[in-house]
Amino acid sequence: MRVMSFIGVLGLKGAIGLKTKNKELSPVHELLEKKYNGGFLNRREKIIPIILFFMAAVSVLTTLGIVLTLIFETFTFFGDVSIVEFFTATEWYPFSKTEAVYGIWPLVLGTLKITLIASLFAVPLGLAVALYLSEYAGARTRKIMKPILEVLAGVPTIVYGFFALTFVTPFLRGLFPSIELFNAISPGIVVGIMIIPTIVSLSEDALSSVPEPVRHGALAIGSTKWETASKVIFPAALSGILASIVLGISRAIGETMIVSIAAGSTPSAALNLTSSLQTMTSYIVQVTTGDAGFGTTIYYSIYAVGFTLFVFTLAMNVLAQFISKRFREEY
Amino acid sequence: MTLTAVKSKENNQAGQTENVLVYNTKDLNLWYGDHHALKNINLEINEREVTAIIGPSGCGKSTYIKTLNRMIDLVPGVKTNGSIEYRERDIFNKDFLVEELRTRVGMVFQKPNPFPKSIYENIAFGLKIHGIKNKQIINETVEKSLRGAALWEEVKDRIHEPAYGLSGGQQQRLCIARCLALEPDVILMDEPTSALDPVSTLKIEELIQELKQRYSIIIVTHNMQQAARISDRTAFFLNGEVVEYDVTDTIFNSPADSRTDDYISGRFG
Amino acid sequence: MENVERIKSEEMINRIDSRLTKNKVVKGLFFTATLFTSIILIVLLYRIIVQGAPYLSWDFLQNFASRRPEQAGIKAAVVGTIWMMAVVVPTAAIFGVGSAIYLEEYAGKNALTRWIQMNISNLAGVPSVVFGLLGLTIFVRLFGFGNSILAAGFTMSLLVLPVIIVASQEAIRAVPNELKEASYGLGATKWQTISRVVIPYAVPGIATGSILAFSRAIGETAPLIVVGIPTFVAFLPSGVFDSFTALPMQIYNWTSRPQEEFHNLAAAGIIVLLVVLIMMNSVAVWIRNRYQSR
Ligand SMILES: Nc1ncnc2c1ncn2[C@@H]1O[C@H](COP(=O)(O)OP(=O)(O)OP(=O)(O)O)[C@@H](O)[C@H]1O
Ligand SMILES: [Mg+2]
Repeated sequence: MRVMSFIGVLGLKGAIGLKTKNKELSPVHELLEKKYNGGFLNRREKIIPIILFFMAAVSVLTTLGIVLTLIFETFTFFGDVSIVEFFTATEWYPFSKTEAVYGIWPLVLGTLKITLIASLFAVPLGLAVALYLSEYAGARTRKIMKPILEVLAGVPTIVYGFFALTFVTPFLRGLFPSIELFNAISPGIVVGIMIIPTIVSLSEDALSSVPEPVRHGALAIGSTKWETASKVIFPAALSGILASIVLGISRAIGETMIVSIAAGSTPSAALNLTSSLQTMTSYIVQVTTGDAGFGTTIYYSIYAVGFTLFVFTLAMNVLAQFISKRFREEY
Repeated sequence: MTLTAVKSKENNQAGQTENVLVYNTKDLNLWYGDHHALKNINLEINEREVTAIIGPSGCGKSTYIKTLNRMIDLVPGVKTNGSIEYRERDIFNKDFLVEELRTRVGMVFQKPNPFPKSIYENIAFGLKIHGIKNKQIINETVEKSLRGAALWEEVKDRIHEPAYGLSGGQQQRLCIARCLALEPDVILMDEPTSALDPVSTLKIEELIQELKQRYSIIIVTHNMQQAARISDRTAFFLNGEVVEYDVTDTIFNSPADSRTDDYISGRFG
Repeated sequence: MENVERIKSEEMINRIDSRLTKNKVVKGLFFTATLFTSIILIVLLYRIIVQGAPYLSWDFLQNFASRRPEQAGIKAAVVGTIWMMAVVVPTAAIFGVGSAIYLEEYAGKNALTRWIQMNISNLAGVPSVVFGLLGLTIFVRLFGFGNSILAAGFTMSLLVLPVIIVASQEAIRAVPNELKEASYGLGATKWQTISRVVIPYAVPGIATGSILAFSRAIGETAPLIVVGIPTFVAFLPSGVFDSFTALPMQIYNWTSRPQEEFHNLAAAGIIVLLVVLIMMNSVAVWIRNRYQSR
């Protein structure tokens, strides 16, 4: 509070031109001087918003840039490869010199496998943690868990990838020897770990924004905490919780490093989870790590894949916004 | 009808004045951390009466009423000693589960706090959590409770609509109906009309008069006329102590303590 | 009638025990989940420290990448990351705060503003690898920056821009109206009020959000790969148009090799990366706690 008023006072002094150190000019004097300099002041007042507007426009240009880039280069790609093949072929064999096949399905399936495992892992765990923190935990537990979740959220995905490859995979292979070195389960679980903080923090926000009196109303007629949480608070917070899950899933779809490191690079239309696979993201990484020359079909294929990926994540983000707007509870 | 209740009726019929107690508070002290909020409270509350609790802001009325159904447990760092007996059972005893206490003792809050559900679900909720699944019993209870809270006629055509669509006064009666569904023994009310307009207030006051036939009611109020109109007994709290507790007529017309007189006549602090 | 009611209520009372048991079981499960989540983090950190700590040495920090694990170091990667951040920090901060000021103080409440705002929130959900594709097309190819510090820095700046804008907007929105009114009341112009009252007051919030955004930029790998940043670099850059490598790229390179020794090096690199991130986050938390009371 004191800091605030301190800064505030400094700011006010600045605004009226009161120099704390240099007391030669009286504030009134300086104010008058400014009035006389009105021309410059006026011009500045007009130019600054324009500059700021162009800064804000950068975000719009970025979106535009992304969309246009993806569209143009994808078009170029479809000059070489038929769009029908792209959507209907069930094989992705870009590196074959003679008979390259570009059917996106194996990459989409790879992404879906990872996302499914990640959600199966992260949704129950994340909701359990969110419910524990908002309905059961005392202030101390919450104080301990908050930084833990923040650290989990801040760990770079390259680190999670390393963890998946060097710890989770060997661990799983110890339990189930049939799992191959590259598989869907280990990166799936680790992607799940990565999205837990998203799910927990957004769900917890939704749960704790249900007003306390509503909780008291349930407890006062003899509900247990679980009944209060599951039958009153959870349904009331449902839109926020669903949105958090959808956002988590969107992040899982776009996750790149964990799958590039631990899932392998074999586009596969098989449904099994224990062998090497490729996702949309890890295909882009594979191509850009190697040296597929600029202008080749393979080069353009990453844009077509990127575009598909972009559509998936955009759809999820829009869905999340729709859920939280459309079903927002008014308390 | 419970045994004690039967006895009380008989006594009344025999013209005796001896009453049955629902609550007996003995030497109750309560601290919020270091703040001594309730000091040596001794209070006997009768069955099937309206007991009003009055007193200036911050004197501990809410604290006391929240202690009666142990909602006070939700505040961290609260310490109590002394005892409160509900129907001769110590409510602080470990064997007396708060869930049971709160099933027997309903509570209506200052601001209406319906669940973000339909009107119907708001009332069915209590039954459902208590394991009553029979649709017919639930439907009957919903109607009966809404009638009991004088709300049925107003909402019978839209009981499946969200409770938040009701007016404040209707929401408060819905909260009363929510209590009634569990057939409680006692209903605690903490300034139930302070957030309502005069018409809604009047409706709730009339309702309290009705409910008194079947339930024991303890009500906190800032409104002297309200206390005088609806209560049988009144307790005057000041700085965490009970200054005076007596039949409402006595409290308002010939209080024993000058501080009560000062407060009631508005000559207070 | 009344008897029936009371009996119903006795039945209810009898069920409380089993309901409480259920509550206890659920609470236990939730607690286990919470504990498990914490244990994951502990295991992750423990594994990395055990694996990487023996490889941390002055030589490791001083050496360039090498094909022989015992001689390999992260000098080029650390210096490269610093160079890249020297581009990201000013670019993202200026554009981020500028956008936030525009949106909070100047923009009208109209469709255009809402559209920009929607743009920003959608941009925050675009996968980083897609930002890599944008950088590859625009900065590397179209502008001809090649796989330089500038190309990577600009790409990263765009990536973290939405985070900084949103954090700055929140900080600016939190400035009490009375302060602004006081300033206007003294005859200050709009820009004077913004630059001398609003911004100084919002700086802690802006700084906290920006530091978190920058630590994300330091750890991001995918956009760098897509932009074409090399992993094997044995020289230091001398300008923003030079090619370079960065910490996460070096870690990625070591992780993708089959030999155990390189994995240990990767772990050591991760420790360095995490130490940097933890330091940055501590500063952010320190600022937040220091100014939170208001
Ligand atoms: N959660 C709490 N923590 C600490 N002190 C509290 C808490 N709740 C109440 N108090 C204090 O205990 C005293 C009694 O409060 P209480 O709410 O019971 O008063 P009240 O008589 O209901 O007042 P009002 O008429 O304003 O509702 C007050 O001094 C109050 O500041
Ligand atoms: Mg009160």
